[in-house]
Amino acid sequence: MGTQANTSAANAHLTTPTRLTGAEIVWATLVGEGVTDVFGYPGGAILPTYDALRKFPIHHTLVRHEQGAAHMADGYARASGKVGVAIATSGPGATNLVTGIATAMLDSIPVVCITGNVSSKVLGTDAFQEVDITGITLPITKHNFLVNKTEEIAPALRHAFQIARSNRPGPVLVDITKDAQQGTAIFDFEAAKPKPYRPHPMLRVEDNALAEAAELIRQAERPVILAGHGVIESQAMEQLRSLAERAQIPVALTLLGLGGFPASHPLNLGMMGMHGEAWVNHAIQEADLLIACGMRFDDRVTGVTSQYALKAKKIHIEVDPAEINKNIKVDVALVGDLRHVLEELLPRISGRDGSPWIKTIEASKGDAAVRDIKNLPDSGHLWAAHVMHDLWRITGGNAVVVTDVGQHQMWEAQYFHHETPRTLVTSGGLGTMGFALPAAIGAKTACPEKEVWVVAGDGGFQMTAAELSTIVQEKLNINIAVINNGYLGMVRQWQEFFYDRNYESTPLISPDFVKLAEAHGIPGRAVRTRAEVEAAVEEARKTAGPFLLNFLVEKEDSVYPMIPVGSALHEMIRRPGKDPLLETAEDE
Amino acid sequence: MLHTFVAYVEDLPGVLTRVASLFRRLNINIHSLTVGHSERPGLSRLTLVCESSTQAGDRIRASLYKLENVVDVDDIAGAANVTRELALIKIAASVATRSQIFELAKVFRARIVDLTAESVMLELTGVESKIEGLIEILRDSNLTILELCRSGKMTMRRGHHTSGVLKAMGAKSDEPATGSIPAALEPEARLPAESH
Repeated sequence: MGTQANTSAANAHLTTPTRLTGAEIVWATLVGEGVTDVFGYPGGAILPTYDALRKFPIHHTLVRHEQGAAHMADGYARASGKVGVAIATSGPGATNLVTGIATAMLDSIPVVCITGNVSSKVLGTDAFQEVDITGITLPITKHNFLVNKTEEIAPALRHAFQIARSNRPGPVLVDITKDAQQGTAIFDFEAAKPKPYRPHPMLRVEDNALAEAAELIRQAERPVILAGHGVIESQAMEQLRSLAERAQIPVALTLLGLGGFPASHPLNLGMMGMHGEAWVNHAIQEADLLIACGMRFDDRVTGVTSQYALKAKKIHIEVDPAEINKNIKVDVALVGDLRHVLEELLPRISGRDGSPWIKTIEASKGDAAVRDIKNLPDSGHLWAAHVMHDLWRITGGNAVVVTDVGQHQMWEAQYFHHETPRTLVTSGGLGTMGFALPAAIGAKTACPEKEVWVVAGDGGFQMTAAELSTIVQEKLNINIAVINNGYLGMVRQWQEFFYDRNYESTPLISPDFVKLAEAHGIPGRAVRTRAEVEAAVEEARKTAGPFLLNFLVEKEDSVYPMIPVGSALHEMIRRPGKDPLLETAEDE
Repeated sequence: MLHTFVAYVEDLPGVLTRVASLFRRLNINIHSLTVGHSERPGLSRLTLVCESSTQAGDRIRASLYKLENVVDVDDIAGAANVTRELALIKIAASVATRSQIFELAKVFRARIVDLTAESVMLELTGVESKIEGLIEILRDSNLTILELCRSGKMTMRRGHHTSGVLKAMGAKSDEPATGSIPAALEPEARLPAESH
């Protein structure tokens, strides 16, 4: 890790072309690209690179499984907006990255994965720990490189960073043979700079399309903005807000869009889609205009597409031309960077009166608020929704929450209200269980000053629980909330709704998570009632270093509302009417 | 419907795999794929024909262009074009049947490129229906086709058509385009080779 001496040496390499080994070139290039932290696991084919690490001002986090390295790089990127870097050896080291790379691909996260490979003279001979990782990752990376010459390392890595960041971001893998790492070449950082990223010829924001979009907005009586992950990736939060406020248009968010528009904003409807609130999905189905901003009409937000928002004209603002008309046919496509498009569109938007439509939506909320589980009286049971709600309340919503995948993820999205971007780190597209713990390590490494919470189910937590020792080794202050219901909860919920309550292979025995944490030297406690939640969360927050809370929640609770797969967006399974109670001041 | 795409791709190992992999991922069957050198050094030109829904053209083109090694993609769609296929057909031929084959070759303007005591090889270029026609006649005439090799379609738009991307790269095609290629559109400097 960086001493003064190696920092200045590394900086000197960037300005003065020097003969270096391939291994040194790897690190020197990373330094030049602004990398300060990497996540990895050494092994034979990447050892030359590890051997050179001590000369460079880069911090390496040793993971417990390479999947963790990829998720950490991903979490690092999601929390900071910078490119995350994962390193692994050849063969099994490389294949262990695959789930993490696919997770980043589906959610458009800029990650660069560096793998070692066997020497170029034995490539293709089934040498020990040889695997065709560029072949394997071809469909789950934006691009990948096999580098077998020392002088090609720097240009390939720099190009990889450019690709990872550009347009719609995504993961890039650079596979470097051992002999390329061992050889020497002149390292010329400036000469290795890639040419400007080629423009996609189908990116176009035509004047008449902008005019048409503005006219549709002017004429609309029931418009809804659909805001997605693109808002955050293109940093269009301000522009989105201006559009919503100027034209008084309510905003519905995708899961990955949460935080892109303040949860407390009066025009924020909340999350749309499979587990969105009924009024949000009804508003979309009733809308006469949808303005989709940096979102891709994923099946989890549209329901069955043949019945999706049939009354609405659709404007799609999107950076990836391949997303236009993919799932939903749109009327106006503005294909370009969201922030730039909104900046061009905004001058054409004038104030309009949105109040009748907003009132209609308000009225449609009906008794939803009183049916909301967060307003149920304390019956001694511990509902996961209560835990999320309390966690939000106690942290003031200021924490970075890193979730796993399943019921707890949806409850988090419903009950933890995100005001700012990059405060929710979650695997949306691939839905990768085991994501939370390692991604939180990446998020905390990127943002050491922020409060970071892992929220994971008992199933997903066990997929990558080995990374607890990474937290300890790295001395990271991460709080962990395990939402423990003794089931693979979301699968159980589907079995309850769609498979006659045949709970096949969903009940699971777990270790005592508090003892498991203790074995790692991490303090923790179990929480069984709502009355204990506040003190427990406060204890975790006050404890210097990591802390684990094992929330033993209701076993057979379900996430509501829910749109069954194959149903239209308005065909929801609503919350069962449990004893309602009006909102208390505490919940405000 | 059948879609025809003409693409300029970087002439590097693995690029064809990337193109093929895209169609596999989109679950689209490739009818024919022809690749060879183009008029531009370092760039290969491919003609790809596939079956997909009418609306899929834009999305396939956009997806193709997302591949880092793809420089330009043209969706031929209904545009006026010249499409040709090459076929080599080896037919069992005795002294008795030879002249019959020569007659057919003459009608179809096929060339005889190999002749032995037992076989004749024909070379035929043309549109798909012409090639299908000859094959059908050969079979109907009780001739035995020993081997059949077809190139797949090659397509070029008629008239003075150049895509925006190619225009930006400079119209002069048969000489190295150094200098005339704008940096943003130039195929990247030769990248490290990929596997396969």
